[in-house]
Amino acid sequence: MKLRQIVDILSLTVMAGHAGLDTEVTGGYAADLVSCAMAGAQKDGLWVTLQGHLNIVAVASLLDLAAIIVTENKVVEPEALAKANEEGIPILSTPCTTFEVVGRLWEMGVRR
Amino acid sequence: MEERRQLTRVEELTYEVKIEQVMTTDVLTVTPETMMSEAKELLRNRRISGMPVVEKGRLAGVISTEDIITTLELGKDVAVREKIGHPVRTCFADEPLAQAIRRFDMYGYGRYPVVNRRGRLVDIITQGDIIHGLLRALEADYHEEETLKHEASYLLEHVDSERTRLFLSYRVRARDFVHAGDAARQIKRALVRLGAHPQAVRRMAIATFEAETNIIIHSNGGRIAVLIQPSAIRVRATDTGPGIPDVDLAMQPGFSTAPDWVREMGFGSGMGLANIRRCASTMHLASIPGRKTCLEYTVIPEKSIALREQLTRSQNDFTRNRRPIIANGKDRPAQIDEPG
Repeated sequence: MKLRQIVDILSLTVMAGHAGLDTEVTGGYAADLVSCAMAGAQKDGLWVTLQGHLNIVAVASLLDLAAIIVTENKVVEPEALAKANEEGIPILSTPCTTFEVVGRLWEMGVRR
Repeated sequence: MEERRQLTRVEELTYEVKIEQVMTTDVLTVTPETMMSEAKELLRNRRISGMPVVEKGRLAGVISTEDIITTLELGKDVAVREKIGHPVRTCFADEPLAQAIRRFDMYGYGRYPVVNRRGRLVDIITQGDIIHGLLRALEADYHEEETLKHEASYLLEHVDSERTRLFLSYRVRARDFVHAGDAARQIKRALVRLGAHPQAVRRMAIATFEAETNIIIHSNGGRIAVLIQPSAIRVRATDTGPGIPDVDLAMQPGFSTAPDWVREMGFGSGMGLANIRRCASTMHLASIPGRKTCLEYTVIPEKSIALREQLTRSQNDFTRNRRPIIANGKDRPAQIDEPG
């Protein structure tokens, strides 16, 4: 499924990285611990997290993630947004909890 | 030359692809009792040139626009049955496309009914279906080739030399979370450009990110040095600082000494060294408590796995003149040397 479709269906706010919205998303991973994301997140997958600091972009870039979904409207640092634009990695924001987001993604067939 | 090779591949595909793979499965049929005028309307509405005639589930024949025209010439409407005197030539769904193509060449009909081995009509195949099917197969082929090209490992192999090595070095500052991951990212980019296997790149990226953040979180600053060779990528991450009093304990997944402010950023889960061990082909951690820490690991590209044994045993140039202090690696026996 195209990232753009997911953004539409879940009404996510694109905070940065518009350039990366045409990626084909294959799966996802949810964690707030950076090392867990490093270990578990897959290439072209989504990372659902409560973290909003600059280092989430580093992780996404290193792992070639499709996008980062920041839940509960957690404030994303301006440096993170700037870096995400630079790297073309979408940061998507939502008021929903991680639990809700993952549940809805699962229903949409994003299950890997 | 190129065109000739492509043609051969298409011919090959006509044997690989089965008729059932190119069918559209939404087939319009009539019964022998259908009137020709009605059949004519169906053909016109659907913009098709022929359809199978089915009687009690069995294929009775095919009618085409040609039959419609001869009926019109008669000047009176008749049942389809009147027009399907000749035996029908069919294809089996599980036959290769080449079979259907041969029939088109031999008999020149515009379409053939496709039946399963029990004689039931499953679809109708046209030359258009065959062309579309072949194009799809070629596209899949092309995609696979592209992927393979991308997956191929040729780390530094386009450089001709008896011994190829590239040395990269990065300074890592203590508590500099703004630049956390920069060294890992630059190393990753270099490896991609040098043609490393995507798996090796990923393993290096993860391990180096963890090594880098460890220096940022725990030390007073350090350096990450990478030696890239076609057979292996070796990393040496060194720092000055508190060191690790109990290396065994530090290696345990989940063990962490990170302060709260670091944990709030999602770091300090105690999984860093475990991640490195998981990604690295060999790993070696040494420390003098209160002074310094030295972490060495290698990532061996898929192709070079066979070289791993040899590499773990030999003291490579990279480490020859740098003696580990208190060794406690997974892949090497523990050893204690004089502090350097």
